[in-house]
Formats: sequence, structure tokens, C-alpha cells
Amino acid sequence: MELKRVVVTGLGAITPIGNTVEEYWNSLINGVSGCAPITQFDASKFKTQFACEVKGYNANDYFDRKEVRKLDLYAQYAMIAADQAVADSGVDPEKLDADRVGVIWGAGIGGLLTFLQEVTGFAQGDGTPRFSPFFIPKMIADIAPGHISMKYGFRGPNFGTVSACASSTNAIGEAYNLIRLGKADMFVTGGSEAAINQAGVGGFNSMQALSTRNDDPTTASRPFDKGRDGFVMGEGGASLIIEEYEHAIKRGANIYCEIVGAGMTADAHHLTAPHPEGLGAKKVMMNALEDNGTDPNEVDYINVHGTATPLGDIAESKAIKEVFGDHAYDLNISSTKSMTGHLLGAAGAVESIACILAIKNGIVPPTINHFEDDPEIDNKLNFTFNKAQKREVKVALSNTFGFGGHNASVVFKAL
Amino acid sequence: MSDIASRVKAIIVDKLGVDETEVAPEASFTNDLGADSLDTVELIMEFEKEFNIAIPDDQAENIGTVGDAIAYIEENAK
Repeated sequence: MELKRVVVTGLGAITPIGNTVEEYWNSLINGVSGCAPITQFDASKFKTQFACEVKGYNANDYFDRKEVRKLDLYAQYAMIAADQAVADSGVDPEKLDADRVGVIWGAGIGGLLTFLQEVTGFAQGDGTPRFSPFFIPKMIADIAPGHISMKYGFRGPNFGTVSACASSTNAIGEAYNLIRLGKADMFVTGGSEAAINQAGVGGFNSMQALSTRNDDPTTASRPFDKGRDGFVMGEGGASLIIEEYEHAIKRGANIYCEIVGAGMTADAHHLTAPHPEGLGAKKVMMNALEDNGTDPNEVDYINVHGTATPLGDIAESKAIKEVFGDHAYDLNISSTKSMTGHLLGAAGAVESIACILAIKNGIVPPTINHFEDDPEIDNKLNFTFNKAQKREVKVALSNTFGFGGHNASVVFKAL
Repeated sequence: MSDIASRVKAIIVDKLGVDETEVAPEASFTNDLGADSLDTVELIMEFEKEFNIAIPDDQAENIGTVGDAIAYIEENAK
């Protein structure tokens, strides 16, 4: 069976550095940090008191009051990103064959704030259960794709992917594979996350995963820098409309680029630590490139997972050298988490957009907050430190790795 | 309007996101005010909380309109 070609025809994003795709991209290429003291709760007793929050967000600007009460913040971000992407794609949802349009969406956690509020309410009561009937349908990590399908009437394949920080890359990969196999014409895919609350920050703090640079939040996210001390939590959502090539051509769609590979592997090593030699990371990049026969030498840009944890950055840079050999030194590499923070389950989607727009605009966004080289990292690699670089990007790779040892990568190519 | 009636109406306006003028005594939660089955459960729970009463499921099934709710609560609130 001949596999179908798959292209990207719409983008949407609500991020800590811009509430639209245009704002997000402008902040990316200008090296803007989205990090600041936490406003969503009183973090004064927490080890980490800052995060990359979405700015100026008011749910009532996007939803009516009744809708807001049924949507956890993670699902609100999903709807906003999906709406933007559908609009950007130029499709008239009424004119599509709704049975052939699906939604696959990634969230690493789901409605954590809803869970926290409902369980806190129960714990403070007299033991009588007074859980909201919306508790479960707000919290579950699959409800975002459900909401998107209901809004647009898309009746094709519909589910959520959960693989921690690889979740939305898995979503994109699944959507890509189903279109390739001819199971659907189009997907709304992507991911969203909203875990900047007491449970999210407290939980990640206990794992010693977060930066604690409270005296200087804007430089706290320092991927590949000697002084890195953990990731900075981000939040938001990003969406891609992906479509079978002929379907896109027939309707005269604006095509951003083609998807030419998706890879998935597991470390099978540890709950939270990466394999020290980056074995899973190496295999997943190879897997994604081999998926459609992409020569590693064709890759111009890697948007790395690069969360700024001490072990993860070392393992990933080793893996890149093993996969790409001498070509590793010709590549542009960057961790846009230095600006956006780590959007957890939404990271893959928001960073895929960075790859897609690097291809479109011929600019590689930087890894900001570089102060000092780490002798354990090969600094002959071009991490695009501190300033965006102009470069014609024909092929870009996006890496994401999740707690649990899940790895997922996806390859984008100029048409 | 009784105190109970105004408190019931305030809950309905808040939870269903409807305009106060729509909340007439004969208005049905599902047919007139756009509530689905989950909204209706939530409304009953809010009434229980607001008036410190327990509404058994078999009784809750009979509360379909604004007037039904006010009448039930006026009869059963302590």
C-alpha cells in the first residue's frame, strides 16, 4: 500500500510569550523570556516561586460564563489554540466530510487544578461527598479533543495521548500516521497543559526537577548552560491542522510544510532520569528519520527537548552527536524552552510550530540565557546561543522526552 | 419575591449563565434554560448546599422547573 503524503495547513498557539502564533514567533526570534513570579497562587512557601505563565489571560475574553465552568484551564487553552488553527487553515468546517476529520490531542496531566479544587473541597468537608458532576469530565486528559470535536462536528478518530512531556508529539505522530494510512483526511492535533498550581509546582519541586533561581526568574531557564538547575514550568497550548496532501491541494490550502517522519521509543531505564548515554533519545531521532528515509545530513535544525536539567541536556547532546556524526556540528540546535519554559504535554506542539516557522521564515530561534559553557557538553555544537540565526531550513526535527522514559520525535520538511 | 425564591434564582442565573428575566417560575431547566443532565445535577447540589438540605434522588427527579425548586425548598428548608 502506498502511504499518503501529509502536510501542515494551519497553526494556533497560546503561550507564555504570545497569545497568538504571530506574537509567539516574534517573541521567539527576539529572545524574549516568558518567565516571571507566579501570579496564579501564593507561592511564597514554595521552593520555586516563578513560572512561564500565559500573560493577560481572561477566560471571559474567549468563552461565555457557562462554558468556562465546564472547561478546566488546560481545555480552555486547547480550545483557543484549536480555534486559531482551524481559522488559519481557511477550512469551512461545514464543507468538510466530517467523518474524515479527527482530533488527536496531547496533555501530560489534564485538569490538575480541577482535581486539586474538588479534592480539597472534599477534604475540608464533613466526609459527605459533594463532588461536582463536572469534576470528572473537566479533569480527564481526553476531554480536550472531545470538546474540539463537539464544537466543530468532526466525527473522525478522536482521542488523547498521554506520555508526559512527549504527549503532543505523540498526538502529531498518531495523526500523521492515520492520514498516511488513509484513515482520515485531516486532523486538528496538538496539545495543552495548565499545571501552574500548588499541586503541579509542589509536585515537580519535590522531584527536584524545577529551577529554584528565585532571585532572577527571567534567566532561570538555561538549557546547556553550566549554571542550569532544572526546568521552568510553562503552560499554554498549540495546535496544528494536518492534512492529506491531495486534500490540501484540492481546496487550495496554504501549505506550511510536509511532515516526513515520526519516531517513538522508550528508555526502559528509570522513572524520571534519562538514559545516561541518551540511548532512547538517539534511537528516537533515528527512528523518526528512517521512517521516511530522511538522510540525517539533510537536517538543518533540531528543536531539542533541552529542558535545562543537569542530566537531560548532557544525554541529549551525546545522542545528537551519535546520530549525526560530523554533521552535528553543521546543524543549528536550540531549546526554545529557554524562552517559553517547559509546557509539559504541550511542549511538542508548541515547539513543532517553532520548527515549522523556522522553515517558513528562514530563521532559527535562539537558546537564550547562555552565560557559561559546561565542560560536560560539547560546545562545538551550535546551540544558537542568545541570538536568533538566519538560515535556510529545509528539514527540522523536534524532540520531546517524557517522564516514564517516553521519547517522541517528528520531522518537518519544506515542500 | 420570597427570600428563598431570590436565592434559588441567583443560583440558576450563576450556574446556567442565563439572564435573570428568563428565570420565570414555569421555566424548565432543560427545555427553556439550556441545562443538560449534568447541569441539573449541579443545580440540585447547589440548592442542597445553599439551603443545607438533602434532596433524595427520587425527589430531585420531580424538580424540573424553577417553580418546582422554589416550592420544594420552601417546604423542606429548615
